[in-house]
Amino acid sequence: MAYPKTYRYSKEHEWIEVKGDVATIGITDYAQHELGDVVFVELPKPGAKIETGKSFGTVESVKAVSEIYAPAAGEVIEANSELQNTPEKINTDPHGAAWLIKIRLTNSTGISDLMDAAAYEAYIADKGKEASA
Amino acid sequence: MESATTPHISALRKTPLNALHRRLGAKMVNFGGWDMPVEYSSSGGLIAEHKAVRASVGVFDVSHMGDIRIRSGKKPGGALAAVQHISMNDASKLAIGQAQYSAMLYPEGTFVDDVIVHRPGEDDFLLVINAGTREKDVNWVRENTKSFDCVVEDLSDAFTQLAIQGPRAVDVMRKLADADLNGVKNYWFTYGTVCGLKNTLIARTGYTGEDGFEIYVPSDVATSEKVWGQAIEAGREFGIIPCGLGCRNTLRLESKMALYGHEISDKINVWEAGLHRYCKMEKGDFIGRAALERANGAGLKRTLVGIEMVDRGIARDEYVCCNEAGEAIGVVTSGSPSPTLGKNIALAYAPPAFSAVGTVLYVEIRGQKCKAQVVPTPFYKRPKKAAAPPVS
Repeated sequence: MAYPKTYRYSKEHEWIEVKGDVATIGITDYAQHELGDVVFVELPKPGAKIETGKSFGTVESVKAVSEIYAPAAGEVIEANSELQNTPEKINTDPHGAAWLIKIRLTNSTGISDLMDAAAYEAYIADKGKEASA
Repeated sequence: MESATTPHISALRKTPLNALHRRLGAKMVNFGGWDMPVEYSSSGGLIAEHKAVRASVGVFDVSHMGDIRIRSGKKPGGALAAVQHISMNDASKLAIGQAQYSAMLYPEGTFVDDVIVHRPGEDDFLLVINAGTREKDVNWVRENTKSFDCVVEDLSDAFTQLAIQGPRAVDVMRKLADADLNGVKNYWFTYGTVCGLKNTLIARTGYTGEDGFEIYVPSDVATSEKVWGQAIEAGREFGIIPCGLGCRNTLRLESKMALYGHEISDKINVWEAGLHRYCKMEKGDFIGRAALERANGAGLKRTLVGIEMVDRGIARDEYVCCNEAGEAIGVVTSGSPSPTLGKNIALAYAPPAFSAVGTVLYVEIRGQKCKAQVVPTPFYKRPKKAAAPPVS
């Protein structure tokens, strides 16, 4: 699956797309593949404040619970409520319809430090090599 | 994102099928020190694998399991006496070709491991043990059978063990094996030719709650890969797929089969685990018996219960169970979404006062008290089979 060039990526496998002072956040295709069949999603409510590097929710597969870390700070303006009934969308469309939350950015500090698509693809390719060593 | 199944890569043990799993693109995890496939994306992942086993058939590499053979020494009877001493079920009841679920116990009545005891001969027993406890078990068996006239062999590395599981497993085995399988009922076994390999152990056992077989073939890579390949080929018409340890866990949990380190351990005794019917107090003395007799008189402080989540949320291993007031009363031993039932289920230890079906209790999930209720177990029981079709 392609990694959109307009997104930025964290080492913890979240993506963020910034448009003006609003950012959309999700988990990457690599992350959903590592998790396996997603069966449960827990997201913050609108109005909640999230902080860079802090957990703001969880995504669960049959096997595992994964914390989702905020790649930027802001106030939640919308959580993707459809995922409550169709969490499996995270497996099929992690970079699109299965976005997790939209936030109003407090500031844009740190976003430029995140990886671009090419750097992230190199980062996960490295991880793949480690795992099959 | 951090996952509880982050792969480890240091000095893990590998089964002879390790390279094959990697070629198939399996997601590999550290399971009790073994580098094992948890699921195969080529199979569609854990849920698809789980459903294949319930509906038709799947194949698992379970070569990480250990095997201990106990044979009589100079005189007949030594092996049986030894097995009776170290295990809680009554091995004297086993006919040749029959197997039984049992367990080896510490003097405290708690678990060294659970085992399947096979009786290939009057004076010949094969104990199949867990992967994570292999060395401990072998040492324990050697130590505790010293005074018996028997020979103990660790055959763990001699076999590649494949589990072919599901309602169509018998159809796959009919194509693979030159043996009369009709006579091999649940928890019986035979020796026959499998994929051209003579004298192969074929047991009607498994860890999925379905009908199925476990076969034990020589552990060299070429033979192991050949048998795996032929099982896939023979099962193609039934939709067979490779299955990983991920669905093995959800399948066994739905069927309420114990997992060492979870439902049973060196801290939990037989009564608490609810495994009474495999423990034969009347057979004579065995290790752990005296403690179990005392425990019987003292009454149960905790018991294994099956629960189903009422609130949203998944109970996971080691989550705390509490009462209405929020006081801790117990702990989840295994918890997962159930692919068959579409519910979030768990096994937990709780006081007997919380064990009646319908009792409400709560599971603490990330600081939230989530409602659950006690339900009948096993969560899933396989449907009674229709009469077997005539074999041509």
